[in-house]
Amino acid sequence: MEFELSEEQVMLRDTVREVLTKKYDIETLRKVTDTELGWSRDVWKSLAEIGILGLVFDEADGGTGAGPEELAPVMGEFGAAIAPEPFLDAVVVPGLLVTKTADADVRADVIGGLSSGERLAAFAHHENGDRWPHYAVATQFADGKVSGTKSLVPAGDAADILVVSARDASGAVGLYLVDAAAAGVDRTGYRTHDRRRGAQIVFTDAAATRLGSGDASSAIAEVEVVTQTALVAEAVGAMRSSLEMTTEYLKTRKQFGVTLSTFQALTHRAADMYVSLELASSISVYATAALAEGRVDPIIASRAKLQALKSARHIGQESIQMHGGIGMTAEYPIAHYASRLTAIGHTLGDADSHLQRLSASVGDWDMVTVG
Amino acid sequence: MQLQFTPEEEAFRQELRTYFTTEIPQEIRERCEAGALNYPDDIVTTTRALNKGGYAVPHWPVEWGGQDWTPIQHHIWREEMSLNFVPDLLPFNAGMVGPVIAQFASQELKEKFLPATANLDIWWCQGFSEPEAGSDLASLKTRAVRDGDHYVINGQKTWTTLGQYADWIFCLARTDPDAKKQAGISFFLFPMDTPGVELRPIQLIDGSYEVNEVFFQDVRVPAENLVGEENLGWTIAKFLLGNERSGIARVGWTKTKVAKAKRLAAATKTPNGTLLDDPAVAGRIAALENELLALEVTQLRVVAGSADGKPNPASSLLKLHGTQLQQAATELLADIAGPDSLPVSAVDSAEEGDVADILSPEWAQLTVPAYLNYRKVTIYGGSSEVQRQIIDKAVLGL
Ligand SMILES: Cc1cc2nc3c(=O)[nH]c(=O)nc-3n(C[C@H](O)[C@H](O)[C@H](O)COP(=O)(O)OP(=O)(O)OC[C@H]3O[C@@H](n4cnc5c(N)ncnc54)[C@H](O)[C@@H]3O)c2cc1C
Repeated sequence: MEFELSEEQVMLRDTVREVLTKKYDIETLRKVTDTELGWSRDVWKSLAEIGILGLVFDEADGGTGAGPEELAPVMGEFGAAIAPEPFLDAVVVPGLLVTKTADADVRADVIGGLSSGERLAAFAHHENGDRWPHYAVATQFADGKVSGTKSLVPAGDAADILVVSARDASGAVGLYLVDAAAAGVDRTGYRTHDRRRGAQIVFTDAAATRLGSGDASSAIAEVEVVTQTALVAEAVGAMRSSLEMTTEYLKTRKQFGVTLSTFQALTHRAADMYVSLELASSISVYATAALAEGRVDPIIASRAKLQALKSARHIGQESIQMHGGIGMTAEYPIAHYASRLTAIGHTLGDADSHLQRLSASVGDWDMVTVG
Repeated sequence: MQLQFTPEEEAFRQELRTYFTTEIPQEIRERCEAGALNYPDDIVTTTRALNKGGYAVPHWPVEWGGQDWTPIQHHIWREEMSLNFVPDLLPFNAGMVGPVIAQFASQELKEKFLPATANLDIWWCQGFSEPEAGSDLASLKTRAVRDGDHYVINGQKTWTTLGQYADWIFCLARTDPDAKKQAGISFFLFPMDTPGVELRPIQLIDGSYEVNEVFFQDVRVPAENLVGEENLGWTIAKFLLGNERSGIARVGWTKTKVAKAKRLAAATKTPNGTLLDDPAVAGRIAALENELLALEVTQLRVVAGSADGKPNPASSLLKLHGTQLQQAATELLADIAGPDSLPVSAVDSAEEGDVADILSPEWAQLTVPAYLNYRKVTIYGGSSEVQRQIIDKAVLGL
């Protein structure tokens, strides 16, 4: 077994780290996330230049041909910097759906644009009342047009192209490509508590092109597992930064004439946070390695999310508490991490939902083992 | 032992309920339930309506508008306020400076301030904490120097809650820099529009603006606005903080949140029924309800045992655990909102309290900001760590 990153993966991670840390001190981060767009076109360009945007797509489609083991460290850096660029939502998720369903021409066109950073996409799937793992998909496709309302579309405000899930006359769920500027597409953008952007999108007979043929449910399920695993890697990065910031604070903040690190009531809890972080890291490595071996397994994704989200709540809450009042402020970064970790918790299933999935299958195995 | 309230107590509860539901405007109670109060108006209106009936400051001395109630009656009053979504009274007036003035100040100051404080004609804020003096409050550096019949105050306060609406501040300043930390502090009152007082807002993580930094530059305060004697400030602060902690468990408030969580979970459809049918969610709610019950009985035991009105060290337990359950309830609501908790406002919005005009319900959009905001309750009013130390020392003798 091998748990360390390869030399190339370390280089990739460091390059992304450099781009993001150079850009994002907390003040810049607040300024950028306060703009209407909510992220930086400059950073986007830099990410495209170093080949990050095309990372997970096949070379034949215009990508870099890397895989989960490259995606994970990159997501970790996004988490560590709480960088707001919609890499996962506007590139990876819709891009992978296209690569799994479309024919070569469409793939080359869409993936090329995403990899170069010229175009943004978004996956319009969630409808009002949906809750992972259940998506009703009431949106309809007929006569080359889609109609319906997608209530929560991450990065949907800025996307140029939309990958829309809809049912055809036979009731099968398919994926459709819709130009975001087309007639019959009406977007209402929103901000999220973790300072990201999304949109509610109403489709009224909007012209749509079907991606591939047959039922797309399994493609969606596969991409969901990849997304959950990527979110776990991002969460680990955010937790790592939170713990670093908290230990740094304990070493410098003075009360009662001594640094907070003098109080065991706090340092022992920092040790517990470290335990939580390492457990989350391990489960992230585990889920990433499984994906890299080609095991697209929803149970593994649920295990990863359950453990990571438990750790995320613990670390997010403790890091605010140990900072005291300063931890509550918008000016200081620590609570922004807690907010991002909370948002990851509410994306594609929270801890309760993943526990529920695992509980429902717990009779299927004798004991858990790695591998 | 006896679990039931007496018929008199039940009648008292009914009387309060009737008053609260008829005298406090319905819209205010609805906004309170939704977590969307209008500051400062809703608090002012509520306080005046309560004060009219003698319900604003029942824990004050009777001659200043207090009520000769039993501890159980005080408990019922607090519970009924929460259960009927009557907004909390401004703690700086009713819970902090009022009792301090009644206990320590001159007759003149009492007459000048107590009726106006009870009626919220004066909005007070609390200037205790400083950037370097949080948990270690006694190390505060703000200086007050006697100059004829005035004191001249210089320094900085921080975390001053709702200071933007305040008419007056009560604050601690060092009057004897040579004395031992606790011994050289005094307690002052002065108007926020005194020359040299400057307020700067601090934005919290949920976007809200409820705390401020306050700077004092050569602020001249008449000597008669010193409460008690010079250098007696620490005794007064301890008295005030002891009062602050009682009633901070807010069991009634948490109960209303858990009941709301249950209603919303039952209304959230899943393929297997509703979210309330999900064993993980139902288990969480049941566990929280059970802890609330245990805390409520604990509170009643503490209340019934503290007849002399002195703060009981067990009140630290109520603060410590009560705030944890408040946080658990806000966390539960955020998880019930699930993905609908992600949006919080329109893209072009810079407004506080705005929500996005999309299908995700407003209540859901308010849940994570509330969850994040409620991290404060284990930090202020004596952090959880400080409460544990009080229990260790005063109760366990460690
Ligand atoms: C929303 C909000 C509103 C507030 N409103 C007011 C107000 O109106 N007026 C006012 O005067 N103040 C107010 N406060 C200030 C509040 O009382 C302080 O934040 C609190 O005393 C903690 O101080 P601190 O923030 O400096 O944290 P610190 O004292 O720096 O503490 C940081 C962490 O270390 C822990 N810690 C500190 N000392 C010890 C120790 N000896 N042993 C173990 N752990 C320790 C703390 O519990 C905390 O977890 C408010 C605070 C907040 C967050």
